Amino acid sequence: MIIAVASGKGGTGKTTVATSLALVLGNRAQILDCDVEEPNCHILLKPTILTTDTVNLPVPSVDLEKCSLCGKCGEVCQFSAIVLIGKTILTFPELCHGCGSCSILCPEKAIREIPRNIGVIETGFVKDLDFVQGRIRIGEAMSPPLIREVKTKINRDKIAILDSPPGASCPVITTVKNTDFVIMVTEPTPFGLNDLEIAVEAIKGLRIPMGIVINRSDIGDSSARDFCNNNGLPLLMEIPHHRKVAEGYAQGAPLIESMPGYGHKFKKLSDDIQMIISESYEGASI
Amino acid sequence: MKIAVTSTGKTIESAMDPRFGRAPYILIVDDNCNLIEAIDNSANVNAFRGAGIQAAKAIADRKVDMLLTGRCGPNAFTTLEAAGVKVGIEQSGTVREAVERVKKNEVSIADKPNAEAHW
Repeated sequence: MIIAVASGKGGTGKTTVATSLALVLGNRAQILDCDVEEPNCHILLKPTILTTDTVNLPVPSVDLEKCSLCGKCGEVCQFSAIVLIGKTILTFPELCHGCGSCSILCPEKAIREIPRNIGVIETGFVKDLDFVQGRIRIGEAMSPPLIREVKTKINRDKIAILDSPPGASCPVITTVKNTDFVIMVTEPTPFGLNDLEIAVEAIKGLRIPMGIVINRSDIGDSSARDFCNNNGLPLLMEIPHHRKVAEGYAQGAPLIESMPGYGHKFKKLSDDIQMIISESYEGASI
Repeated sequence: MKIAVTSTGKTIESAMDPRFGRAPYILIVDDNCNLIEAIDNSANVNAFRGAGIQAAKAIADRKVDMLLTGRCGPNAFTTLEAAGVKVGIEQSGTVREAVERVKKNEVSIADKPNAEAHW
């Protein structure tokens, strides 16, 4: 089972929810930080890192002596990463998504793939919880290839919790694609609602069941709750704006450790999600 | 000489567009300001990335000698340089006015990009 924790707006509490959910599940779970541009689960979890692996993207290198200047490589590339100009082929490695189409289609076999470093994947543990995170190379602009690599570490025998980047663009879609459930963490403010609507719209297209967690639930207005009701989205949990939550967060402590009673709340969250997932599969089989 | 000019419209009296890759039209003219072709660049206007490279390829494929535009980023510049296209930058006004500046030798030719890459 794979559960992604996403949000439209940044700073709503994705990592707070993802880490506490993973901690209550313990050895049944695995947490994967897919927010590779700024992974921060490690701050709350303080994992022991066991392995660090470099992740490379295959980018084209052209042998102009073999090249017949047919231009097929440039025609197939959707990202202008390789282009025929006059009597030469230009490549722009930072635009290449590493799909390999150019080298496969080259009739002269003039294109070979060379590695370009895009970041690292670190794996380790926190007590009995498995930990994985991606960290993008500084200066790298394209995160989806690294996020896809992080997701290859998903252990199908466990409940994988994916901490997603914020927003509703490619990195988020890459993270939530092929998951079984998406927890949307929002805050009850006009800003939270605006970005929640955008993200829910994006994920609806992927036909993944969703539920909402409202953080700082006693501030702002009722718009997030109204949005759940009007769109048939289950309101899974509310986290009030409590001084103790802020104090624990400020000291880098997971929510279930700083707030008594939250262990039960997160266990219930996990049970509710598993029930929704099994119901959605039953519904799909009818 | 064939000259390419980034333009907001399809005629030589149109105002120039200072952007290179994302200009709605690229007009190809001769040095007497006769319009040879108006390239519809709308597919590139909303391109995620790589707009400059595609626009530069369109110009290179038409064997243009000089480009007149406002700003030119690093990937577009590299592509134009490989194609041997001179890049006249910081141009404004109408397409006709820019081409006339070429005849008067008033256009500065860039030896490097004058805009940042954007993501």
